[in-house]
Amino acid sequence: MAIKVNKFKCGYCGACVGVCPAGALELVETWIEVDDSCTSCGICAKVCPLGAIEVSK
Amino acid sequence: MKDYYDIVVVGAGPAGSVAAKSAAKKGLSVLLIEKRQEIGDPVRCAEGVSKVWLRKHINPDSRWICADVKGSRIFSPDGSMIEMAEEVAGGEVGYVLERKLFDRALAYESAEAGAEIFVKTRATGLIIEDDFVRGVKVMHQGEEHDIRCKIVIGADGIESKIGRWAGIDTSLKPADIETCAQFLMSGTGIDQDYCYFYLGNEVAPAGYIWIFPKGKDLANVGIGILGSKSGEKTVIQYLEDFVADKFPDARILEIDVGGVPVSGSIERTTANGLILVGDAARQSDPITGGGIINAMEAGKLAGEVAYNAISVGDVSVAKLNEYEKKWRSTIGIEIDNSLIVKNVFIKFTDKELNGLAHSLKGFNFSTMSLIDLLYALFKANRKLLWDLRVLFKNVVKYELDFER
Ligand SMILES: Cc1cc2nc3c(=O)[nH]c(=O)nc-3n(C[C@H](O)[C@H](O)[C@H](O)COP(=O)(O)OP(=O)(O)OC[C@H]3O[C@@H](n4cnc5c(N)ncnc54)[C@H](O)[C@@H]3O)c2cc1C
Ligand code: SF4
Ligand code: SF4
Repeated sequence: MAIKVNKFKCGYCGACVGVCPAGALELVETWIEVDDSCTSCGICAKVCPLGAIEVSK
Repeated sequence: MKDYYDIVVVGAGPAGSVAAKSAAKKGLSVLLIEKRQEIGDPVRCAEGVSKVWLRKHINPDSRWICADVKGSRIFSPDGSMIEMAEEVAGGEVGYVLERKLFDRALAYESAEAGAEIFVKTRATGLIIEDDFVRGVKVMHQGEEHDIRCKIVIGADGIESKIGRWAGIDTSLKPADIETCAQFLMSGTGIDQDYCYFYLGNEVAPAGYIWIFPKGKDLANVGIGILGSKSGEKTVIQYLEDFVADKFPDARILEIDVGGVPVSGSIERTTANGLILVGDAARQSDPITGGGIINAMEAGKLAGEVAYNAISVGDVSVAKLNEYEKKWRSTIGIEIDNSLIVKNVFIKFTDKELNGLAHSLKGFNFSTMSLIDLLYALFKANRKLLWDLRVLFKNVVKYELDFER
């Protein structure tokens, strides 16, 4: 997994899921799951309204 | 839950509930699933809606109407204000809703029409055979089920996966999403008859701050900025700065966050056995970010087209093209026009925004339509007329009389 979602910050809004070009994210009720198709592009982290996502290259 | 329905609708927001209602009313067997355990919560919305359009879908009910808005006050970066107020007699502006209750009321109407509803039930994949969508895989109370159907309606919002699973790439680029945060606040002291908008690259780059009255001394104070402008500073930080400056003594009762698609119409919203509606089809307005009405309009069309297709036993993408045609020739036109305006708007510097506001000084707006605002702007700003000439060519010549 190349990103880390801080579940204590996340407001489970799904904006990150909508922008992920790889389809790596899913909003499952109140948390975000990441699968291994993530390419570390960082777009999700850029749009997250709460800054809850950290990308590690 | 049965294992077969005519239609499965995924997502019980405005798009999904209205789609389920319109299909069930035609006599189809309909299942509406929602992954949340409470429909409508958490809220991802400023809750503003046009009265006239709302009434086409549901009778206004005081239980989910918080405020009745008479006009708007728009502030340019230097604080110049433009006021647009509807004449009180025959005033037809907007309501501010309580979405938690509104979404539930819409779902209730679909149930009344005969749809089955399951909450805490998430679509985890599609059943696809011979290139046709034939059903949905769902997770319900920790157990997986296959539910087969003739048509799936994907109403799964900004985080939609349904389209992607069927091969329609609905991913949004950073410039195609407004990323938003909102506080429900008490003690702002705003005039409850007005919606407030603040423009400027300092407060909300390529977006705006809104304050919508919510009754008593409550208000939704929120912000949307273009995804491509976000990152260095998060949206919530912009909002905290604004609120610290404007309402240092107000209290925050709720935090809402979310994204609105502002991409404009996407290429395809149907596949064999599949229709996308609402935010899942990226049908929200690219300039205002409003999506409730478009979601309901699309939901209604989808339910009707699904009925027509099932009646003749043809759910192919060719038959479902009826839906593409209908939404593109109605809400789609507005969406495309708004996209043109958006592309000009996001390039404005603060100086230009101030200039536009100054050019409107003394102009008396008796209606709140975008066209009226544009008309006034065009009269005073030749360059803007040039920038928006495509729009001018497309619609303005039909709707505006420049000799007026
Ligand atoms: C901050 C903000 C402010 C806004 N302000 C306004 C406004 O003032 N006026 C306006 O008109 N619009 C506004 N909008 C836009 C508006 O909220 C949306 O356009 C509208 O909610 C779209 O309705 P929908 O039914 O398409 O999607 P949604 O209301 O998002 O509903 C989608 C539903 O699908 C469910 N779902 C998703 N995936 C699955 C799955 N796999 N299985 C089951 N269920 C699933 C979700 O849980 C959700 O309940 C705003 C948006 C934001 C973010
Ligand atoms: S965009 Fe941010 S707040 Fe929203 S679901 Fe993703 S990680 Fe959570
Ligand atoms: S970093 Fe890029 S690929 Fe990975 S989850 Fe975020 S948006 Fe998707």
